[in-house]
Amino acid sequence: MLQKQRSSLAARERAHAPVFAALGDETRLALVTKLSGGQPRSISQLTKGSKLTRQAITKHLRVLESVGIVHSVHAGRESLFEFDPTPIEDMREYLDFVSKQWDHALTRLKSFVED
Amino acid sequence: MNDRIEKRIELKAPISRVWRAVTDYREFGEWFCVKLDGPFVPGQVSRGRITYPGYEHVKWEAVVQKMEPERLFSFTWPHPNSLDKAEYTQGDHSKDPTTLVEIRLEKTTTGTLLVLTESGFDNIPGNFRLEAFRRNEGGWAEQMKNIERYVAKAA
Repeated sequence: MLQKQRSSLAARERAHAPVFAALGDETRLALVTKLSGGQPRSISQLTKGSKLTRQAITKHLRVLESVGIVHSVHAGRESLFEFDPTPIEDMREYLDFVSKQWDHALTRLKSFVED
Repeated sequence: MNDRIEKRIELKAPISRVWRAVTDYREFGEWFCVKLDGPFVPGQVSRGRITYPGYEHVKWEAVVQKMEPERLFSFTWPHPNSLDKAEYTQGDHSKDPTTLVEIRLEKTTTGTLLVLTESGFDNIPGNFRLEAFRRNEGGWAEQMKNIERYVAKAA
């Protein structure tokens, strides 16, 4: 548990790549959807039912990992990938913040032009 | 998840009045709470300083894109990863990611419809110092209450 927390914190700190851009790809969005149930999955499981090769899937998983949406965990000899909603939640929270600032500014504009 | 913000607001004022409030740098400064160095010119950098209490350390630096009279005003502006005074002041803001803000005006029977969109959030890394934003959000909410109290008293 402790180990997991630490690695998740490290991932947050190196999450400097654009979250939206990472999600702006059909394959990656499909991978995130598969993982968002919470169950960690192996590359083989994630490749099943896809037209893409194992290597291509791995490349997409690495992109998701680079923004912290996905983490890899080792289970014996296998790498499992699991979903972490934190970067998406942070982005949404930031958008809400910007959105609220506009509400306030436009309210001031309204009183400014209507007076 | 939506990567853009859209706001629509009906203003009971003629489109010419709203256009002036949005594009005259002194009038813009009044409601946006920023002290600008000079007029907006398409293609040029607009510089100034935020005047909103608690944010005075934040610089305003936008690039004016389009000014189509009584129709469209647009600019790009940066999103620093923290607004916390110490962190912001020490930070290098030359590489802050930017978004595009577009303010469109439309004449209505009662005045003017203003549609604001902010897009380009897909360029922005998710490394915000949200604790600082949360603190500031509290500050804004407090300020809004101050304004409400002030307006209620004045009425």
